[in-house]
Amino acid sequence: MMELLLVLVPLLAAALAYLFRGARARAAVLVGTAAAHTVGVGSFWVRPIATRSASWLMADDLGLLVLSVVSVLFLVVSFYAAAYMRAETPRGGRAFVSCLLAFLAATSLVAVSQHLALLWVGMEATTLAIAPLIYSRNDRRSLEAVWKYLMLSSVGIALALLAVFFLAAAQLGDEGSRALLVPDLIGRADRLDPRWLRAAYVFALVGFGTKMGLAPLHSWKPDTYGEAPSLVGGLMAGALTTCAFLALARFTQVVTAAGLQSFARPLLIAAGLFSLLVATAFIVGQSDIKRLLAYSSVEHMGLLVIGLGVGGVGAYGSVLHLINNGLVKGMLFLVVGNLVLAAGTSVVADMRGMQRTRPISGWLLLVGLFAVTGSPPFGLFLSEFSIIAGAVHEHHPWVAAATVAMLAIIFAGIAGMIVEVLYGEPSSMAPDAEPRERAPYVLGPAVLAGLVLLLGVYIPGPLRAVIGRAAGSLGGTTP
Amino acid sequence: MNTTLSAAAALGVVIVLAPGVIGVAARTRAALTHRRGTPVLQLYFDLFKLLRRGAVFSDATTWVFRFAPVAVVVTAILAALVVPLDGRASLFRFAGDPVALAYTFAFGRFFLVLAALDTGSSFEGMGASREVTFASLVEVGLFLSFATLAVLTHELSLSGMLEAPLARASASGSAPAVAMIAGSFFALLLAECARVPVDDPATHLELTMIHEVMVLDHSGPDLALILYAGALKLSVLGAVVISVLVPRANLPPAVAIAVLAGGLLLVGVGVGIVEASMARLRLPKVPLYLAGASALALFSLILALWSAA
Amino acid sequence: MQLLLLLVVVTDFAVLGTSRLSACIRWMAVQGAILGLLPLAYGGAITAHAYGLAAGTILVKAVLLPWFLKWAIREAAIRREVEPRVGYMASMLFGAAALGAAFGIASTTRAFPRHDLIVPVALVTVMIGLVVLITRTKAITQVVGYIMLENGVYLFGLTLSRRVPFLVEVGVLLDVFVGIFIMGIVVFHINREFDSISAANLSELREA
Repeated sequence: MMELLLVLVPLLAAALAYLFRGARARAAVLVGTAAAHTVGVGSFWVRPIATRSASWLMADDLGLLVLSVVSVLFLVVSFYAAAYMRAETPRGGRAFVSCLLAFLAATSLVAVSQHLALLWVGMEATTLAIAPLIYSRNDRRSLEAVWKYLMLSSVGIALALLAVFFLAAAQLGDEGSRALLVPDLIGRADRLDPRWLRAAYVFALVGFGTKMGLAPLHSWKPDTYGEAPSLVGGLMAGALTTCAFLALARFTQVVTAAGLQSFARPLLIAAGLFSLLVATAFIVGQSDIKRLLAYSSVEHMGLLVIGLGVGGVGAYGSVLHLINNGLVKGMLFLVVGNLVLAAGTSVVADMRGMQRTRPISGWLLLVGLFAVTGSPPFGLFLSEFSIIAGAVHEHHPWVAAATVAMLAIIFAGIAGMIVEVLYGEPSSMAPDAEPRERAPYVLGPAVLAGLVLLLGVYIPGPLRAVIGRAAGSLGGTTP
Repeated sequence: MNTTLSAAAALGVVIVLAPGVIGVAARTRAALTHRRGTPVLQLYFDLFKLLRRGAVFSDATTWVFRFAPVAVVVTAILAALVVPLDGRASLFRFAGDPVALAYTFAFGRFFLVLAALDTGSSFEGMGASREVTFASLVEVGLFLSFATLAVLTHELSLSGMLEAPLARASASGSAPAVAMIAGSFFALLLAECARVPVDDPATHLELTMIHEVMVLDHSGPDLALILYAGALKLSVLGAVVISVLVPRANLPPAVAIAVLAGGLLLVGVGVGIVEASMARLRLPKVPLYLAGASALALFSLILALWSAA
Repeated sequence: MQLLLLLVVVTDFAVLGTSRLSACIRWMAVQGAILGLLPLAYGGAITAHAYGLAAGTILVKAVLLPWFLKWAIREAAIRREVEPRVGYMASMLFGAAALGAAFGIASTTRAFPRHDLIVPVALVTVMIGLVVLITRTKAITQVVGYIMLENGVYLFGLTLSRRVPFLVEVGVLLDVFVGIFIMGIVVFHINREFDSISAANLSELREA
């Protein structure tokens, strides 16, 4: 019941927001819905999972984690967006809030769907809800970005639908199971036709991999993140990719239950390593900070599938990393958004010395640098460490070594750019008269940074249990 | 009537009827475009007129030029001998005779092209070049179609293939493949016999011609032979289309031959309808048209293999 | 039934071979209509489910989408040629290769003995959709390619219509519709902005 509400309430709110004429009222709807959503998600953490009815919509362990990340991230972004809309009046006024809320509804649907076709519907809906948000400026570059995004992800998602149908075809031999329901797929996995299942998995990897932005299907990512407003970029990098990973993870659950890990895992590791490689190559020498974040997102997607691919502790790390990545990406995009708004550009050469003009955002960016590159004591250190440890444990020492080497290069690349942005000598000395930073712009990122820090130091018991169970369903073990 | 007699009778019908089919096509086209048009028997009149005339030969030409019309007519008649015109058996039949059929056509065309080049006229050279280009594409479709029939019927001679392709195909559940083969054959017939949409027999502009431009220098009886060979070719290929669609092996020979005659007239009407309803394609588009016909044949071949597997 | 499936393949090739944009869209509409008829022709009992699916499919794929794309062409004054990146002959060859590949793949998995043709035809349509998508420069033809790709997936879905509930199908259809709608609007903007809808112009964003 609550699952249904989590989808329907944002959807209704989206319609409602479109009806309101005043910007203030729309902002109130946005923030109110986001808060209500978070409260609703919180209720799942209180009730034990056994009392919830198993049906098409149910937040299981993995779904609950994704739902929580999305909800928290969206709450922070909604506060930010309320302030942003007052200051910037993005294109499309009324539709802006509606699209944001529709996006929340779609991501919630993905997170709670136990029916894979329904999950697909949600996944496609996220694409459609976010596309108008990318096209925020009426110019060629943003047109190009939205076109590339639409085309690539539509094709990807169409192939993913084929994957869903293949999975249904794999079920044809088993009349007793309900079609495409995750519990039935997992519970009766031994009766699935392995040939269709393999085909389904390959298509799912390509299809949802496109949505995640795994190399070589990542090419929309830098363009889209570079052109979209920062808060939209944050939602995409933090929430949308998380949902896409969830979809892939669902397929992985089924394949794991059917005993085909040996087929799926090499594919995942290869895709992950290639993504890391591409990210490394383009992060070093990158000249645009938003594009840098995009490649960083490619990197983290790569890490996620590597973790899934090595299994064991790696899968645990992967699930943990999913949470950390969602939060830290949201935080970074918002902070970078502040700096880009102040400098009027995202080209690094034109935005040096930001530490002087925007001190708070500057500090947050420095924190973000260490968080996103996986330095202790942040949560990403733990999760990346688990993934690498998993690789070593599961007898993939070369995977571990390659990952560590590329992470080191990426650290150097990102650090170089961020230090230049913060402490570089400004090319033109025209600091705006007002270095004051407004609270909504910096509070949200600070909260997210705090959460990531907390996850690095202490993982609460219930959360740890849920992560452990989710990893277990993906063929992982809790360290 | 025994088999040989029946086949000979069918051959006679085709030989006599062939110019009439062209007349029917022209008449249909005229009727559909609200013109009076020429009589159905016009080609017969033309042939008689031409045969009574003398021929003029350019000084530049050699024996090849004079030999070509004969070669063209002979190959057309050879082709008619190989195809089972009455729907059961041809006069000559052997495994692999579809290849012979294709190469008989090619042989005739070869001499026609040589004759065209022999005149030394640039127009005729241009026509020859086009003719050869398109003919090579037609062959692709032709062979694919024959291959399909071979797969469907497990026969390697035309007589076997065309005996009852529909019945055999229906048994294995690939009746649509046969229908598509008929479509492909008809499309190839239009190309092979220089009809719209590949070539326009009624055009008077040499630059757009393909086939007609090659025979500009032929006159009198030579021209008559070439025109007659063209008509015969159309009827022979028409008979193939009829055999694919209407299996006649179980009909009495007289009925089978009547069906052939009626069918040929219908083919003429079909050609006329196509000519009235569409314009000649631009030259660069012709290969695409032929590729489409070949794709159709390929598709039916795949279907045949699919249901055979 | 089998005949309808063959017609789907014929429309695939028609889209590949045609050089006029409006003809391209018309063939796409024809394909949509055939797809709409398939649920009725498919499998024994004609249920309310099948009627609903047929009506929805025809409405979306054969009426609304083609109408909308034509509107976009007219309003944005798009030139009428298809402008392929490779020749039509080459496209045809790709199509023929796809045909062979699809039937080859389908013959290795005989999960659906009763209704043979639908799996290979679905695969052909998916592949030819991809070919159109990749080899055509105009944004609007890329949309046509995407729709064909989607049609192929949908065809495959029909084999499972007994097991996949109606609600899901409606969701899929709606998603596709909205997706194309947004694409159409973007196409419209691209044309106004660049004076052409060639996606080849969209090359400003790249690594320096």
